[in-house]
Amino acid sequence: MSDEKNSCLKASGLTKVFGLGRMKCVAVDHVDFDLCETEIVSIVGESGSGKTTLAKLLLGLINPTEGEVYFQGKKRDISTQKKKKEYWKNIQAIFQDPYCSYNIFNKIDTVLLDCIYMRGGRNLPHAKKVELMAEACSFVNLKFEELTNKYPFELSGGQMQRLMIARIFLLKPKILLADEPTSMIDACSRATILDMLMQLRNEIGMTVIFITHDIGLAYYVSDTVYIMEHGKFVESGCADDVILHPKAAYTRRLISDVPKIHEEWDLSTV
Amino acid sequence: MSNVILEVKDLTTKYITRFHENIYAVDHVSLKVEEGKSLGIAGESGCGKSTLALSLMGYYFAPLHYTSGEIIIDGRKITGMDPDDIRKSILGTEISYIPQGAMNSLNPTQKVIHFIEDVIQAHDPYKTKKDIYEFAREGFETLGLPAEVLQKYPVELSGGMKQRTVIATSVILFPKVLIADEPSSALDVTSQKMVIKMLKNLMEDGFIKSLIFITHELPLLYNVTDDIMVMYAGQIVEKGTAKEAVLDPLHPYAKGLMGSIIVPESGLRDVKLSAIPGVPPNLKNPPFGCRFAERCKYVLPECTAISPGLREIDGDRAYRCILPEKELREAYTKEVFIREACQNVG
Repeated sequence: MSDEKNSCLKASGLTKVFGLGRMKCVAVDHVDFDLCETEIVSIVGESGSGKTTLAKLLLGLINPTEGEVYFQGKKRDISTQKKKKEYWKNIQAIFQDPYCSYNIFNKIDTVLLDCIYMRGGRNLPHAKKVELMAEACSFVNLKFEELTNKYPFELSGGQMQRLMIARIFLLKPKILLADEPTSMIDACSRATILDMLMQLRNEIGMTVIFITHDIGLAYYVSDTVYIMEHGKFVESGCADDVILHPKAAYTRRLISDVPKIHEEWDLSTV
Repeated sequence: MSNVILEVKDLTTKYITRFHENIYAVDHVSLKVEEGKSLGIAGESGCGKSTLALSLMGYYFAPLHYTSGEIIIDGRKITGMDPDDIRKSILGTEISYIPQGAMNSLNPTQKVIHFIEDVIQAHDPYKTKKDIYEFAREGFETLGLPAEVLQKYPVELSGGMKQRTVIATSVILFPKVLIADEPSSALDVTSQKMVIKMLKNLMEDGFIKSLIFITHELPLLYNVTDDIMVMYAGQIVEKGTAKEAVLDPLHPYAKGLMGSIIVPESGLRDVKLSAIPGVPPNLKNPPFGCRFAERCKYVLPECTAISPGLREIDGDRAYRCILPEKELREAYTKEVFIREACQNVG
């Protein structure tokens, strides 16, 4: 696959170890992967398998113990705060808990305006800024006129998460890292969020890394699936192959743990 | 016919806000749970599922207030009882509740055994600590939890273990009805399966006689419960067995909910998931007529004028819509037909 498309993000031998001596805990263990442009990749595993640690390593929020991250073919350099900020223009994240993701003192206008400023739109005329914000809101099916002069906490969980996607729409990063974006919201708004992630890829050409514990969601949204167990990838490949014909025992267990409609859900295997 | 454990007739409860506005979050709800059966309640956030769960216990505290209706547990009417009597003789022994954030409902400064002492001593103040420990150990071992958990602090337990500890604590006095309010929404799929297995075992081992399970995950309800009730804006909109409600829903809202199911089965990627557009109505002043009218695909001019009643069809099946069953089904087949035609053209 990487022959046809350009490599966007690459990790080689990425390792993160927490603690020392007897308390040593290897959260991410020599992970290699290659992410092509305009691809949706899912990382699936149960709690404690190192998914979020890997996400933090890729975002540059924590430093790896070993290994390197390559961004667009070049070694990533985030040694200074300035370089970090430059890197974050290319990679952005949506987190699990929308209630904790916003600054509670900022109104929604400010949240969205900050994104325009970050893209260098500080000197645009006011009407143009409003137009950009309204466009972003309509992308996520929110009405901008209803949101002005409101605070993020006045919205429901699903609306907050959609506003987060509106931010991403304005920022237009190369890579979006979505760390369990649907685990705090109910099943009805979940489909909307997942469809928006797919829209971001189709319309803007964004690369999306989707982290989840529910293999059903991964199957719905992604092209490639990586299955993670104890900090290592145990299986990877095209979504259809991995989920319909799983090879690793761990993948089979993850699939059997999800309740199904047309197949029997076997409870005896816990 | 087996005997009815829990019967609720036209229960209405309201929240009174500090501006003295009434919000009827549970609006004329009637339900029946038989011995050995489980009932699932589905619906999106804010539809009144959790308020219904709180109301079923008969123990009301501000801002939740009782308005009208009856709750009968095993032939005993609990509405209108003194709150203190309810706390001493109903909660824990007749009806028990697992809260939504069960992970956060354990006091971090107390050992697990302390919660069980609290529960048991509220009903039997003369029981000694040693007896309680023996009783709890036996109970935990039957439920498949290691006895060491009793001597641990909540922070030492994993999320799934905490949830199972809360369940074990709430059924330690063998309640007749257990209400589980989203017990697995904060867990990953593997711990979720353990929790579900435990809930199923509770019924088989005779700890509880019937179960009410609340969640927004339909595949889960389909696998766990016998009957499913779908709620919308404080009202029941669809009622039926699990198979009927999931595979053949009648109410347009229930139909929409089924469109958002995601399961790892072949064919999922070919289907376009459909979410229901719009937001639920504000219950401060609910719209006149059908509450789902403004989001409904099949809306008719009459919908906003007439409040539809619960239309009962054969057996325990019921739905709330002004259209008769035959016409609803025709509308659904027509829609599928149009969608397929569009796909063929496109």
